[in-house]
Amino acid sequence: MRIRIDHETRYAYARPARFIVQTLRLTPRSTEGQQVRDWRIETDVDARIRRSEDAFGNIVHSLYTERPTDSLTVRVTGEVATVDTGGVLKGFPERLSPLVFLRDTPLTHADPALRELAGRVGDGDPLSRLHRLMSLIHGEVTFMVGATTPDHTAADAWAQKQGVCQDHAQIFIACARRLGIPARYVSGHLHRRDGIVEQDAAHAWAEAHVENLGWVGFDPANGVCPTEHYVRVACGLDALGATPIRGTSYGGAGERMTVALRVRHMQQTQQQQQRQGWS
Amino acid sequence: MSGTPGSATVRKSYRTLARWLETAPPDLLQARSRQAELFFRRMGVTFAVYGDVESNERLIPFDVVPRIIGAAEWEHLEKGLKQRVSALNAFLKDIYGPQDCIKAGIVPADLILTNPHYRPEMQGRRPPGDIWTHICGVDLVRTGEDGFLVLEDNCRTPSGVSYMLENREMMMRLFPDLFAEHRIRPVETYTDMLLASLRASAPEHAGADPTIVVLTPGPYNSAYYEHSFLADKLGVELVEGRDLFVNDDIVFMRTTEGPKQVDVVYRRVDDDWLDPLTFRPDSTVGVPGIMAAYAAGNVTLTNAVGTGVADDKAVYTYMPEIIRFFSGGDPILGNVPTWRCREPDALKEVLDRLPELVVKEVGGSGGYGMLVGPAATKAEIEDFRKKLEADPDDFIAQPTLSLSTAPTLCGTELQSRHVDLRPFVLSSPAGVRVAPGGLTRVALKAGSLVVNSSQGGGTKDTWVLDD
Repeated sequence: MRIRIDHETRYAYARPARFIVQTLRLTPRSTEGQQVRDWRIETDVDARIRRSEDAFGNIVHSLYTERPTDSLTVRVTGEVATVDTGGVLKGFPERLSPLVFLRDTPLTHADPALRELAGRVGDGDPLSRLHRLMSLIHGEVTFMVGATTPDHTAADAWAQKQGVCQDHAQIFIACARRLGIPARYVSGHLHRRDGIVEQDAAHAWAEAHVENLGWVGFDPANGVCPTEHYVRVACGLDALGATPIRGTSYGGAGERMTVALRVRHMQQTQQQQQRQGWS
Repeated sequence: MSGTPGSATVRKSYRTLARWLETAPPDLLQARSRQAELFFRRMGVTFAVYGDVESNERLIPFDVVPRIIGAAEWEHLEKGLKQRVSALNAFLKDIYGPQDCIKAGIVPADLILTNPHYRPEMQGRRPPGDIWTHICGVDLVRTGEDGFLVLEDNCRTPSGVSYMLENREMMMRLFPDLFAEHRIRPVETYTDMLLASLRASAPEHAGADPTIVVLTPGPYNSAYYEHSFLADKLGVELVEGRDLFVNDDIVFMRTTEGPKQVDVVYRRVDDDWLDPLTFRPDSTVGVPGIMAAYAAGNVTLTNAVGTGVADDKAVYTYMPEIIRFFSGGDPILGNVPTWRCREPDALKEVLDRLPELVVKEVGGSGGYGMLVGPAATKAEIEDFRKKLEADPDDFIAQPTLSLSTAPTLCGTELQSRHVDLRPFVLSSPAGVRVAPGGLTRVALKAGSLVVNSSQGGGTKDTWVLDD
């Protein structure tokens, strides 16, 4: 399936910033499940952009603005051709041992309540345990925008049984690690089958490492493994490690960030364009 | 007068000092001691102690009786230190590279890869010249006639070198006649050695005269005095995070003449706080984007990021095997025998023998979070037993060592006090060098084995004799 992504992040400053430095993890990488075509990063003010790759295999851009500005828009656009791999990640360059993803981080620390949740998963082969874990979280944590902030930990979100995809993913990661299964956080995009194109925020899910299979995706917010409707952008130990944009402004104050995201199925786009052409 | 308390023999290296003391006026040492304190106060050599509400800064007590090491003994130590630090560097290069030592079963994979001080961000990275451990402090203890053992390695941002230098300066001022009677190797050359070492570690593009800075977390840091002292001696700028910025993957320093490219950052800021775009986002003492400049090879950070995995107390227990693996020879300096509480048999033995052992948190430092069995109350021991049972992986245990003692001025008389020694080892592509001396720390309480300045320890000048 061909998915077209148009992802715009705008920073506005009440007092202009002299200089802005950002680390961008906005560019997906081609794998067996996704072919990335015509990917572009654009800014509405002059900026230097340096491309590199981090140890997690992510494509990273460092962005440095050229002159003072009261706003900055970072826009990434491109097309990704996807196929269903049953949620299994293939053809991704792994520099790190899966064992690294057993580490505790402040955002994914398992408190007693999360340990209790992990305990409820029961025995079995790793894959079925992970599926049970995903169902438990999907069933018990209500999707609710505004109930949590990006600083909320897995434990915070589990305590209130509400959150967004980031929270579902981090709860999953905390429990999987507790079960001795390496797990990591994935940021990306989801093409919605209900036809809604405009989205408020990018998507997030988790990957767990299963012997003989490799990294397998689990989307506990939706209770499914990733399909051809998913575009995988970046991974990390937790949400912080896979944050699309981390930055600092010098001199800027009163920063406000807004996101405009459109995820479209190309065929659908063409049909709509054709239809409009005929009317 | 050195060795076990009450022993009648005087170690050969101390003979001249012993003779000198016999002929000195009885209150000379006290008088000099008072003078030293006055000088230090005037110079503002201070040290902040964490958790001490009464005084934010106080002097570390200075003992005027030097600790003396003979030439042959030092030669042996120096060889051992070079071997050890070379192995630590090779270990880090391997851990963040091919991980042969894990594949060969020298160290357990999980101990490294789930270690909080292992930085996945550094996997596959190669710092300029493949040097990771530019500045190391290795803590040594003498436990008998036959030499020194390594108590711990410090290869993150070891401190204390300013005391080594200040103590020497003070002693030369107080006892010029004693210096005339001994042939003492200079430690004053340390800062020249350090500068040469930092220059040799710069990225290639920097040329013959790289720009070097010392990065401090700021005046509230307990070692701020040392940071400013070192910058001053090196003749380089002392900067805080806000004095630097990164543009186009290059580190710049703000100067009155405009931005100036920085090639080497001798950073005294821990990994976690170094770059809010990579590590803790709430850090205000770091430099946003410095990790991008580092990854691009445009700046040298000393020490390299991620070295903490090598001086972790649990990894320490594998050092003899690590040295054998990377140097091909037996360790010249041994480890203190250590139980790894992560191993069930070891844990059982440790729990059985708690009142006689020293138990340390693997991630702890500075003498915090440790149990000294023989000095602890029953309640403290039981408290620690619970911690150990809950998280055995977090602890190691060692026998209570019969640390050597050195004569120390206590009130009006000389008494034996336990000492350790932290020599400083510098690594660069030009080689490994050891400053002839180090920081001798002394436990000022009678019988105490804890020498940390945060726990009431003092310091001494350390003399390495030339013959």
